[in-house]
Amino acid sequence: MAQVTLNSVKKVYAGGVEAVKGVSFDIPDGGFCVLVGPSGCGKSTLLRMVAGLETISAGEVAIGSRVVNQVEPADRDIAMVFQNYALYPHMSVYENMAYGLRNRGTPKEEIEKRVKEAAKILAIEALLERRPRQLSGGQRQRVAMGRAIVRKPQVFLFDEPLSNLDAKLRVQMRVEIKKLQRSLGVTSIYVTHDQVEAMTLSDKLVVMNAGQVEQIGLPAEVYRKPASKFVATFIGSPPMNILPGAVDGHGIVALGDTIIEARDLREDLAAQTSVEVGLRPEDVEIASEGQAGSLPFDVEFIEELGATQLFHGKLGGQPFVMQAATGDVAAQEGRLWITVDPDKVHVFDPKTGTRLGKE
Amino acid sequence: MVEDRRLGDAIAYVILTIGVLIVAFPVWLTFVASTWDAATVINGQMPLYPGPYFFENYNRILFIGSSRTTREPVIGMMLNSFVMAMAIALGKIFISVLSAYAVVYYRFPFRMAAFWIIFVTLMLPVEVRIFPTFKIVSDLNMLDTYQGLAIPLIASATGTLLFRQFFMTVPDELLEASKIDGAGPFKFFKDTLLPLSMTTIAALFVIQFIYGWNQYLWPLLVTTKDSMQTIVIAIKKMIVTADALTEWQLAMATAMLAMLPPVLVVIAMQRLFVKGLVETEK
Repeated sequence: MAQVTLNSVKKVYAGGVEAVKGVSFDIPDGGFCVLVGPSGCGKSTLLRMVAGLETISAGEVAIGSRVVNQVEPADRDIAMVFQNYALYPHMSVYENMAYGLRNRGTPKEEIEKRVKEAAKILAIEALLERRPRQLSGGQRQRVAMGRAIVRKPQVFLFDEPLSNLDAKLRVQMRVEIKKLQRSLGVTSIYVTHDQVEAMTLSDKLVVMNAGQVEQIGLPAEVYRKPASKFVATFIGSPPMNILPGAVDGHGIVALGDTIIEARDLREDLAAQTSVEVGLRPEDVEIASEGQAGSLPFDVEFIEELGATQLFHGKLGGQPFVMQAATGDVAAQEGRLWITVDPDKVHVFDPKTGTRLGKE
Repeated sequence: MVEDRRLGDAIAYVILTIGVLIVAFPVWLTFVASTWDAATVINGQMPLYPGPYFFENYNRILFIGSSRTTREPVIGMMLNSFVMAMAIALGKIFISVLSAYAVVYYRFPFRMAAFWIIFVTLMLPVEVRIFPTFKIVSDLNMLDTYQGLAIPLIASATGTLLFRQFFMTVPDELLEASKIDGAGPFKFFKDTLLPLSMTTIAALFVIQFIYGWNQYLWPLLVTTKDSMQTIVIAIKKMIVTADALTEWQLAMATAMLAMLPPVLVVIAMQRLFVKGLVETEK
């Protein structure tokens, strides 16, 4: 077990494209760190640099106390689970799992013991003699995990391991990965573009955009206090509503004609500063007409999700989505009155996208 | 509908049968001719069923040789042909699999230039460069040797191209998984790439074995001793056009024997082909 430290890690490709622009953070021993971001944000490149599959242009990657910039992937004491599983098609499940150990000269009895152990944990004991092509997607995924487990590495690296599975299996494997990581206590780095996976798996969430880290924190923290408009709209489904507004210098934000209160707002902002106001679809309460602070919301259509409903419409002339538990509101189009909790109003700088909240 | 399908099936069978007859008849005729005596074959009224001279003809051609033209028994020539075809097929596979591996997986300077130079040799088959090639082989004292027969025909762009195309379809993740599993370049080649290439290798082997076996012009040039002749040349030499009488029954028997090894190779390798088609190993 070991902690992983990244220190101003950069990746510049031949031709001058900067895929990763100086990223620093560390993952504590046994931590589960998820790198999330849209495709092309550099998250996979960063993971591959930790794995040793990409050279590091500048900065340092350390596993434990050892800087591994110049260490071969095989000697970094890591194991990786690939998106397409990358199982050796011509080897049986047993051989797939044993291959890495055999290359290291692990004694035969030890290999057998470890493979059997891993197979038991993953419930693939009955599949050991099969070839990868005879397995379903979920089973292949387990074998890929098994290949990582038998190595007893210091760090697990996951490169979008669930993206090839169907929705139901993905949820199931997600839970299993989390359980497994907890019981083994191995430091893990997990790359995904799926914000649900990111939220549920991580105990350290790193949101990346365009080669840079946008925010690092606990998933709940990132959700509650997004550091930028990008994070606010990337994390959460449906995404946060962003509306143009202006501040009056006293913690009041105007959205066109309507006015809402925002408690978490920097006080030094000059009046008339234009801002962007973020409201999560579920942070909106139904009110009655004429209630203090209530805003008119014109519902245009309603999406039924089962437990909840999504109301699409216009607030102050801007597109807006509201989420409410089914049955709370009569599902009909037309005007609704809503109130907003001043604690849950997010305000962003429209130019830089950074949060204008109190420190 | 059922009737229609039956009719369609019947037509298909008729067409297929006609096709098979057209292909098989000359082979049958060759076989029949190899089982009669010279007189029966020559007088133009040879029956279409096998005659009583099967053992006599084959025994004579295999172990004694034709008395008039080629004095060597055919068994020795078959051995020559076999050695040459095997050397060409295996040599081509060995060289092209290695060069394709280098071209696809290594980033060395002038990699693409190297690839294109290999590619260009497609335009220079032995027939085109036959004089310089002969000169080199003769200067190296390789006339009338197996090396002289096989080595100039081993260099092959086709094989390199075939393996290059195949290697490029192997997912990069397999290479990366191997790296993490601690397999170096040679181990990756031996443990992963070669087993995955088995069906491609089998295909190339069949094609190149037959190519080597059927060689005519090159062996004719570099062999002067009867003991180094290949079977294809022997057939030609047995069919005399001038003052002597062609022993057709022996020439036909030799032709039958010459057909045998390529047919056996195809039959043996066919199982690998089918396996490669049914179970995709990727």
